[in-house]
Amino acid sequence: MDFTLDDEQEALRDAVRGLLGKAYDSSETRREVTKQDPGFGEDTWQRLAEMGVLGLPFAESDGGMGAGPVEVSIVAEEVGRVLAPEPFIETVVLAGGIVAAAGTDEQRADVLGRVAEGSLILAAALKEIGEPVTASQSGDGWTLSGSKEPVLHGERADAFVVSAKTDAGTGLFLVEGDASGLTRTGYRTHDGGRAAHVAFDGTSATPLGDVSADQAGVLETAVASAQVAYCHEAVGAMTVALNTTVEYLKTRKQFGVPLKTFQALTFRAADMYVSMELVRSVASWATLVLTDEPTRALEAASRAKLQVSTSGRHIGQEAIQLHGGIGMTAEYSVGHYTSRLTAIDHWLGGGADHLKRLASSVGDHEVVEPLPE
Amino acid sequence: MRLHLTEEDAAFREEMREFFTTQVPQHIRDTVAARRELSKEQMVESMQVLNAAGLAVPGWPVEWGGKDWTPLQRHIWHEELQLANVPQPLAFNAGMIGPVIAAFGSQEMKERFLPKTANLDIWWSQGFSEPDAGSDLASLRCAAVRDGEEYVVNGQKTWTTLGQYGDWIFTLVRTNPEAEKKQAGISMLLIDMTDPGVTVRPIELIDGSVEVNEVFFEDVRVPAENLVGEENKGWTYAKFLLGNERVGVAPVGATKRMLAQAKEHADLDDVLVASRIAELENELMALELTALRVVAHSADGKPHPASSVLKLKGSELQQEVTELIVDLAGPMSLASGAGDGSDVPDWARVATPGYLNFRKASIYGGSNEVQRQIIAGTILGL
Ligand SMILES: Cc1cc2nc3c(=O)[nH]c(=O)nc-3n(C[C@H](O)[C@H](O)[C@H](O)COP(=O)(O)OP(=O)(O)OC[C@H]3O[C@@H](n4cnc5c(N)ncnc54)[C@H](O)[C@@H]3O)c2cc1C
Repeated sequence: MDFTLDDEQEALRDAVRGLLGKAYDSSETRREVTKQDPGFGEDTWQRLAEMGVLGLPFAESDGGMGAGPVEVSIVAEEVGRVLAPEPFIETVVLAGGIVAAAGTDEQRADVLGRVAEGSLILAAALKEIGEPVTASQSGDGWTLSGSKEPVLHGERADAFVVSAKTDAGTGLFLVEGDASGLTRTGYRTHDGGRAAHVAFDGTSATPLGDVSADQAGVLETAVASAQVAYCHEAVGAMTVALNTTVEYLKTRKQFGVPLKTFQALTFRAADMYVSMELVRSVASWATLVLTDEPTRALEAASRAKLQVSTSGRHIGQEAIQLHGGIGMTAEYSVGHYTSRLTAIDHWLGGGADHLKRLASSVGDHEVVEPLPE
Repeated sequence: MRLHLTEEDAAFREEMREFFTTQVPQHIRDTVAARRELSKEQMVESMQVLNAAGLAVPGWPVEWGGKDWTPLQRHIWHEELQLANVPQPLAFNAGMIGPVIAAFGSQEMKERFLPKTANLDIWWSQGFSEPDAGSDLASLRCAAVRDGEEYVVNGQKTWTTLGQYGDWIFTLVRTNPEAEKKQAGISMLLIDMTDPGVTVRPIELIDGSVEVNEVFFEDVRVPAENLVGEENKGWTYAKFLLGNERVGVAPVGATKRMLAQAKEHADLDDVLVASRIAELENELMALELTALRVVAHSADGKPHPASSVLKLKGSELQQEVTELIVDLAGPMSLASGAGDGSDVPDWARVATPGYLNFRKASIYGGSNEVQRQIIAGTILGL
């Protein structure tokens, strides 16, 4: 049991922090970038590719770096610290992770190779508001019908990883961005991101791996890895939201004294710190579970996501409150952190969804043992 | 980063588990499991079983019976002990005065007290708080005046936990009322509770238990050799002691055990109950992992400032679980006084007294407000 990073991991963290810190040297820079489509920096994306970050979790034979969940978590946390809008988790961890888990050798080498190079923005289309997207076989090809929403970065995406209903259950498909019968309607999300309604109308799709079997399990596992990565993005965001708030309490004066004179405020900051420590612990643990005890991946992801929901709301809400009016403005950073934390909370299962999952299994164990027996 | 324990640590955990579940008498562990009050004899027996195996005071220096374990091994020892329903070694002995004497006492004092302290041949009480000195401990007034080779002690201590069993009491006393800073006029004095002039008076608590006392000192003559370390340095020793106390009061294992028992009485098909339990389990796990992180970063036995997080969150969760048990008992929770002829199960009878009693957890050991003060000040720089 060891929570410390090794030298190489620290070097990765420093390199990514350097790159993203330069790209988003202020909240204002980020706001400029997210105002323009596609909502992130194409050149920052290329620089991440050059650094090897976009191929981090993929096998070397697929054009990646062969790194594990710990390295992914390091990048995600840096993304969270500056609220970098690049779709690292969306494209690399989630959509890329699904391809890595379900794709054939050729699909992996082709698709993941291009993701790693930075030449392919891949979006995962998994959520439906109404009826599920259905897949049907016609001749030796497959087509999809129905619509997905919200699909993060669905407007900019070069290709989609789509889950669809098959006779076997859930199938996973790859759809090219220029496929006929594909319509996307993009919009902005409150956190500066982009999402889209993506409709399929007899759109031709390539099965990812073997869709004659139910791929729900493969999907769930890939989603769990992305959930844990999002938890680290949230940890990065919470760290900065807390630090910013603490600094503000030291510098802002009212009644002729710094705000930190008021215990009603410092106690609330202390409680935020407690929330921060708890969420950091659970997120790090969940990452280690992905590596060392993969049979508990779904449980670990739910535990982390639940804690992220609790701590994220607490820290996000208090960060604004302790700033007063300035915390409400788009010009100031702290509200954007709260907005992003709110998005993460509700993406890939909200706190309540994960609590429900955990509640349904409380009878399966006597105590929760975080360390393997 | 690595999740698994090393082979060595896993074997260590196995060894601890084996010992605690087979060598500590069942009647003692059953009493803990039933959340019934332990008798003095049971506590002494339990600590002596541990001490005979070298497991009572692992935190002490090796030459006085401690172990040169890693912080993680210390943590495993503590967790396994609680999970097995073994009473924790008496905190006043093992966690408080023992380490202070070992660190600051004279060789003579060490030889005189440490072996008996580890074996609970001496039962120590903690005489710090006074009626007018609680969180603001440094304002204490109980006075010790030097008279030849003796100190003459006059004043009062209060909240003295299990003082009714106490053989000796370690006290903070004012030896220099003129000191510029009130902290600089305090000394630590060891007092034999059978000395003439010492009176112990019980205080009944809201759960009906008598676990704390008032202790009065009236012209008590204490040999000067019972002074710990140097005169007027008591505050330094007290801070050292209170820092250790904070680490010890995050009873993760015991709370986990209590929650596991609560589950046995809960209707897990009731979604409100199940989700409340799931949330508590998650928070407890978060606390346990945080404890592991803090443990890994506590340098040379000094408490990490984040140990305040453990005290704060640990006591809150402990209280939340006791609250849950009362809710599970529902109307049966009123039957705390039931005896023979009642159908109310034992766990439900002790539910409310346990809940009321554990309101103390956020008050003692530095109240949770004091912990917030430490977090805000020491960690956040506010
Ligand atoms: C069951 C029990 C057992 C105990 N056992 C022992 C023992 O064995 N030996 C011993 O010496 N003592 C013991 N104590 C005493 C304990 O350490 C004190 O109760 C504690 O230090 C608080 O002091 P107080 O009770 O005087 O409360 P006060 O200090 O008067 O505090 C009252 C309230 O004000 C808050 N408060 C105080 N100061 C501040 C501040 N600066 N900022 C914000 N809030 C503040 C407190 O948190 C509390 O909520 C025990 C207490 C209990 C309840």
